[in-house]
Amino acid sequence: MARSPLAALAQLISEQEAVILSDWFQLLAAAGALESGRIREAELRTQCGTFLKGFRMALADGSTDTNTAAYGAVRENLAEISRSRAIQGFSPTETAMFVFSLKEPVFKAVNRADKLGATEIAHLVRQLTLILDALGLYTMDVYQKSREQVIIRQQREISELSTPVVKLWDGILALPLIGTLDSERTQVVMENLLQTIVDQGAEIAIIDITGVPTVDTLTAQHLLKTVAAARLMGADCIVSGIRPQIAQTMVHLGVELNVISKATLADAFAVALKRMSKTVVSVKTVAQG
Amino acid sequence: MDRIPILKLGDALLVTIQVDMHDRLATALEEDLTKKIVAHNAHGVLIDISALEIVDSFIGRMLDNIAAVSRVLDAETVVVGMRPAVAITLVELGLSLAGVKTALNVERGMKLIQRRHHVPQSDTDADPAS
Repeated sequence: MARSPLAALAQLISEQEAVILSDWFQLLAAAGALESGRIREAELRTQCGTFLKGFRMALADGSTDTNTAAYGAVRENLAEISRSRAIQGFSPTETAMFVFSLKEPVFKAVNRADKLGATEIAHLVRQLTLILDALGLYTMDVYQKSREQVIIRQQREISELSTPVVKLWDGILALPLIGTLDSERTQVVMENLLQTIVDQGAEIAIIDITGVPTVDTLTAQHLLKTVAAARLMGADCIVSGIRPQIAQTMVHLGVELNVISKATLADAFAVALKRMSKTVVSVKTVAQG
Repeated sequence: MDRIPILKLGDALLVTIQVDMHDRLATALEEDLTKKIVAHNAHGVLIDISALEIVDSFIGRMLDNIAAVSRVLDAETVVVGMRPAVAITLVELGLSLAGVKTALNVERGMKLIQRRHHVPQSDTDADPAS
């Protein structure tokens, strides 16, 4: 045999392509790839076909290093597949199994080839394992990266969604905080609040932390920073919505909020109105008076 | 040497900082202001920093110093018109200017000084934060 063993293998796969494909597809189906209904049968068949074809052509080049240009098309194809699986919500195992389950059908095909001796088969199997493992790991890399991107995007959306500054009255702002306060979010919250104070000429800002699940020393520090910055701008801050449990935890932790705090947003609003020499009266009282 | 003008407005002094504050200027302002408070028997000092874009710890300390000196001379210092970015910077520097009163603009700062000076006892709703 003049050609490299891998090129011979490529030839072998090409001869038995239909058998390998159907074996592989059956394995995937048995592993439950189609059960969840996230991918259609035809789509999976196309993916298998495209990958096997690319894989065979890369093998013909005779290299075991999957980082070489010969594997470029295969890697691109795999990246595409695992990206779409990450978004479709496949588990890591299911995604990795796509590549790893190809091993068995190919090994079978190698065994079926009567031209090969035992040593040759062992050698081929070893190299095939190396290549397919590398490709499987590559799939996982892409899968992980895609998932991370999804998480980053969602984080950004959450932080944009959950930091609105609302106007309660002329000169009174409310900042209903929802979710954990980390330093990055504090920055966004602070900038939003301060800019709105300038824009609306607000005198009082109410920071409502009903939606903040836990208040530890760090969160308290972030809150105090926001309050201090608002004070520097000439606006007073009131913190409201501290839940009983959180109040207890804060005291136990020794966290001190040296700001005016009220139990509910309504109480804080009442204080704010009083500060601005305004009051809420019922219509009846006004009519009688 | 450049000096920052200090204007007399009723019984308060108005300082508008419109140039970049360098350290010599800041020291000069502190000195001038102290003299003027005594000369005009002023009861309030308004420092308008709405044009100030950059602050450092020195300027922050200068504001604190001015406030402390004025308090000794029975004048109240109000810093007005601080920009959001400046406020954030000062907080990050750990300077919360605890001894300084603040207001959003000159008008409100003036009101603050007048209210405290003319009717110091009527404010029953004592503010625990200040």
